[in-house]
Amino acid sequence: MSVLVLIECADGQVRKSSLETASYGAQVAKAMGTEAIGLAIGEVPADELKSLGRQGIQKVYASNNNNLKDFVPGAFVKVIAQAVQKANAPVIILSNSNIGTAVGSRLAVRLGASLVTNAVSLPEIAGNMFKVKKSVFSGKAFAEVELTADYKIIAVKKNAVDIIEQEGTADVETLTVELTEADLVGAPQETIRATGEVLLTEADVVVSGGRGLRGPENWHLIEDLAHALGAAKACSKPVADSGWRPHHEHVGQTGITISPNLYIAAGISGAIQHLAGVNSSKVIVVINKDPEAPFFKAADYGIVGDVAEVLPKLTEAARALNQ
Amino acid sequence: MKILVCISNVPDTTTKITFMSDNTAFSTAGVQFVINPYDEYALTRAIELKETQGGSVTVINVGEADTDPNIRKALAIGADDAIRVNAKPTDAFFVAQQIAHYAKEGAFDLILMGKESVDYNGFQVHGMVAELLGIVAITPGIKLDVNGSMATVEREIEGGKEVITTALPVVVSCQQPMSEPRIPNMRGIMTARTKPLRVVEPIAAEVKTVFESYSLPEKKTGVKLIDPANAGELIRLLRNEAKVI
Repeated sequence: MSVLVLIECADGQVRKSSLETASYGAQVAKAMGTEAIGLAIGEVPADELKSLGRQGIQKVYASNNNNLKDFVPGAFVKVIAQAVQKANAPVIILSNSNIGTAVGSRLAVRLGASLVTNAVSLPEIAGNMFKVKKSVFSGKAFAEVELTADYKIIAVKKNAVDIIEQEGTADVETLTVELTEADLVGAPQETIRATGEVLLTEADVVVSGGRGLRGPENWHLIEDLAHALGAAKACSKPVADSGWRPHHEHVGQTGITISPNLYIAAGISGAIQHLAGVNSSKVIVVINKDPEAPFFKAADYGIVGDVAEVLPKLTEAARALNQ
Repeated sequence: MKILVCISNVPDTTTKITFMSDNTAFSTAGVQFVINPYDEYALTRAIELKETQGGSVTVINVGEADTDPNIRKALAIGADDAIRVNAKPTDAFFVAQQIAHYAKEGAFDLILMGKESVDYNGFQVHGMVAELLGIVAITPGIKLDVNGSMATVEREIEGGKEVITTALPVVVSCQQPMSEPRIPNMRGIMTARTKPLRVVEPIAAEVKTVFESYSLPEKKTGVKLIDPANAGELIRLLRNEAKVI
C-alpha cells in the first residue's frame, strides 16, 4: 500500500505546488503507516525528482514520454491509473492546478473514487473514516467532507500547506506506459508561455491594484512595487472588466482565489466578492484614500492615503531593503 | 450543431455566507440565487455560436423546483429549451451522472459549463461528464470556436495558454475572457415563458462524498494603521514584525 502524489514539473524543475503536495502526501502516508510515491509525467528531470526525498517522498515513478511534454488529458489519466495499480495506492494526492483538477475528475470516475478538490489541511483519519477540510464559497467558508469510496483523491489548494524540508533522497524508477493514438486526442497544437513573470497562484507576495489607480497609465506603480518585492501582480474585477489588465490577473470570487503570505491591495475598496478571493492570505495590507473602505476591516496593516503618493514610497523603501 | 449548457444555481456573489443546524447546512434564508457566473460565460458563448453558425442551445440543471427562475432566465437570454433533473445536487459525481445520461440521450456536439461553481468550488463535473461519455474535456477554456466538426479551444495553463483543435463532441469548461454575459431583454423574457422546460426524475446514481459540516474563516483582530507621510515604515514592519518579505 502507498500514497501516490502527482508531481508537476516546469522548465526542468518541480513546481512549488508539487513540493507542497509531496510534503502533504508524505504526511498522509505517515499517518497511514505507509510510504509516499511520486509520479512525474512527460519531460522528467531525474535529478530534481531524487531531491523530493527532502519532502518525505520515498520513491518516484518517472514516466518519460516526449508526447506528454504538454498536458494530454486522456494519456495523463491512463498513466496515473497504471501508477495507482503499480503502487497499490488507495490515496492519490494532486495539486488543485489546471492539470490536477482536469485529471482528478476523470480519474475519480475511472477508479470509482471519492474526490475532494481545494483541500486546505491534512485529512482526519480514524478507522474507516476519512475526512478532509476544503475551501468552499470561493474562500468565504470551509467544509469538512467525508470521502466514502475505497479510493480517495485529494486536490490540495496552492499555498495552503507548508513545504517540508528534511534530509533524504528518493529512488527514481522508470514507468513505461503504452499509449495509443486515441490516448493522445486533445493534445495541444501550440503552447504559449509568459516568461519572466512570477506565477500569481504560487506567489508568496502579491501586489494588486484596483480602480483607485484611476487609469492604466498608473499601472506602473503596481509593477514597480511588485518588482521591488519579487511579487506577482493582480487586479480587481473592474480593472479586468474595463480592459486595463488581462482577465488572468483578476483575483476574487469569479477570478482566481489566492493564498499568498502577503497580499497588498492598492486602491481596492474590498467588495465581498474580492475579499472571498484573497481572505486566506496570511497578511493583508490595504492602501486606500477612503478610511471607510470595507477592506480595512479585513486587513492587518493599512495606510489611509492616495495610492499615487503611497506606492512610490513603498517601492523606494522595498528597494532600499534589497540593497 | 447541438449545444448543451450545464447551469448550476448558486448564491449571488455578494452573499454573506452563514450556516445553520449546528453548522451542518448552508443557510439560504434571504439569499438571492443566480446562475453560476462561470456557467453564464458558457451560456453566452453557446448562444453566440448558435447565432453565427446555427443550431440549438439546451440548458440542463440538476436541482429542485426553486431553480426554475434561473432556468427561465437562461431561456430568456437565448437558450431554446431546458431540462431540469428534479433532484438535490448532492455531490459532483451524482450531478455528472445525471448530466451524462441526458447528454447521451440528446447526442450533443458540444457540452459547455463553468470551470467550477462559486458555491462548492468542485472543478469536477466537466471531467466526470467527459469520462462517463468517453470524450475529451478541455478545462479551463478561455476561448472557443467551432469550424465544421472541429472545435478550437484556448486552455489556460499555469503561466500561459495552449491551443487545442479537436473533433466534436467535446466538453469545454469556461472562464473569462470566454464571453460577455448578457442581460435578458423584454422580448427574451416574454418568449422564455413558452419555451419548453422538461422536468425529469433523476436516474439512480452513486454519491461518493458527504459534506458534513461547515466553518467560517477566522476574523482579523484589527488593522494597524501607518501614517501615509511615513509609508516606508510599512515595509520595515512587514519584514521585522510580520516577517513576510
